[in-house]
Amino acid sequence: MKFVDEFRDPAVISKTADEIRRLADPARHYRFMEVCGGHTHAIYRFGLKDLLPENIELVHGPGCPVCVLPMGRIDDGLSIAQDSNTIFTAFGDMMRVPGRHGSPLQHKARGMDIRIVYSPSDALKLARKNPGRHVVFFAIGFETTAPSTALTLMRAKAAGVRNFSVFCNHVTIIPAIRAILDSPDMRIDAFIGPGHVSTVIGCRPYEWIARNEHKPIVVSGFEPLDILQSIVMILEQLHRGEAKVENQYKRVVPWEGNRAALKAMAETFDLRHYFEWRGMGFISQSALRIRDSYAEWDAEARFSIPGVRVTDPKAAQCGEVLKGVLKPSQCKLFGRECTPENPIGALMVSSEGSCAAYYNYEHRKRQPLTQLSVAV
Amino acid sequence: MCLAIPAKIVEFSTGESSRALVEVAGVRRHVDTGLLTEECLATGDWVLVHVGFAMSKISEEQALDQIRTLTMLGEQDAVMEEVEGYGLEGPASAQGVLSPLCAPEKTPQ
Repeated sequence: MKFVDEFRDPAVISKTADEIRRLADPARHYRFMEVCGGHTHAIYRFGLKDLLPENIELVHGPGCPVCVLPMGRIDDGLSIAQDSNTIFTAFGDMMRVPGRHGSPLQHKARGMDIRIVYSPSDALKLARKNPGRHVVFFAIGFETTAPSTALTLMRAKAAGVRNFSVFCNHVTIIPAIRAILDSPDMRIDAFIGPGHVSTVIGCRPYEWIARNEHKPIVVSGFEPLDILQSIVMILEQLHRGEAKVENQYKRVVPWEGNRAALKAMAETFDLRHYFEWRGMGFISQSALRIRDSYAEWDAEARFSIPGVRVTDPKAAQCGEVLKGVLKPSQCKLFGRECTPENPIGALMVSSEGSCAAYYNYEHRKRQPLTQLSVAV
Repeated sequence: MCLAIPAKIVEFSTGESSRALVEVAGVRRHVDTGLLTEECLATGDWVLVHVGFAMSKISEEQALDQIRTLTMLGEQDAVMEEVEGYGLEGPASAQGVLSPLCAPEKTPQ
């Protein structure tokens, strides 16, 4: 009963699962994409797939920042870290992601000054503590983390801290969704929208998905019940022949987003013409660059960066998994050469990566929830 | 990295604006509140923290829900590692434990 007991309200979970079965047309096969890696993690952790009828397929989306960064950008970052006067800082998640000649952690072991920070503001703090060195922050993430980098840049400029810069790899979620919808090998019926990205951007940026693509999108929270309720809301829309943006996560996500965060981003970033995503190729206007007015704090303006392009190891099929074309277990390396202990692809590194989530919860064959929920 | 960590505001920094001392499971760290300038924040309020920045103001009930969700996701150690790492202060001597039982109301000794 372990997993069911953990649920706050198992009776409501069961009822919601029943509602999903009632609403799902047995003659149809549904493919819903959860855009956010946090949802992917939750879906596997809670065994939610076991509560869904077989004709509802959950497809994992690109919303794992560590996973979508191409290997070349890691090598570019490490080329900056080579400078002996540089302190290179990154989030812990990035430390184990393989570059062509090893991960940042392995480069650290070889003598580079690479340090984990948990906040961009700590990288700035490090620069203030080390006026004789130059501190670079390896910025990654979607709109959830980009405002924090933006505000840190503004603080660095305001305080005149000149031995600090940001290697900017922030990406934006909307162009990735557009690329998925444009991809000929993808058929998605609806989206479970990202929760935390939407606290920043709000719900309006998704309206084109409903209006132009006629696909429902429901912004969802991360509890099991949140995700199941979002699926009910999607099915109700499909049942009524509607397509609109709905907000299941109203308790945290305001429709208009966080205006102060958007303002900070607008002050410091503009859109790159294009950016390479792992497995998805170049997507136009899908990433942020630091504005010229902040060039002094832009590592790409300060350092000569090789602009490395590296193809993923041939046998690894990260791209297909990222796009939802393949399940993690269908990759040739999954669970053999590529494991969370020895990751070859980035999707096996982060807990939000679909391969790591699949490995930790499905591959290790935890007891399925369906049997447990019957007893509730 | 994408963890949203519920934290309770203990006090606002006097020296610097947009900085607040918050508490997560007995561990106290400073976070930046500069992305919540449109919210009216007070001591005792709960916020969701991402990478050292308060991103949303939430209710105590939502904070408890979020703590429960993080615990169920098996992220409690990652959360405490992140919180303890804020401010480059390193691991705290008293290990914080994120659980709904100890999180919101208990005042650390």
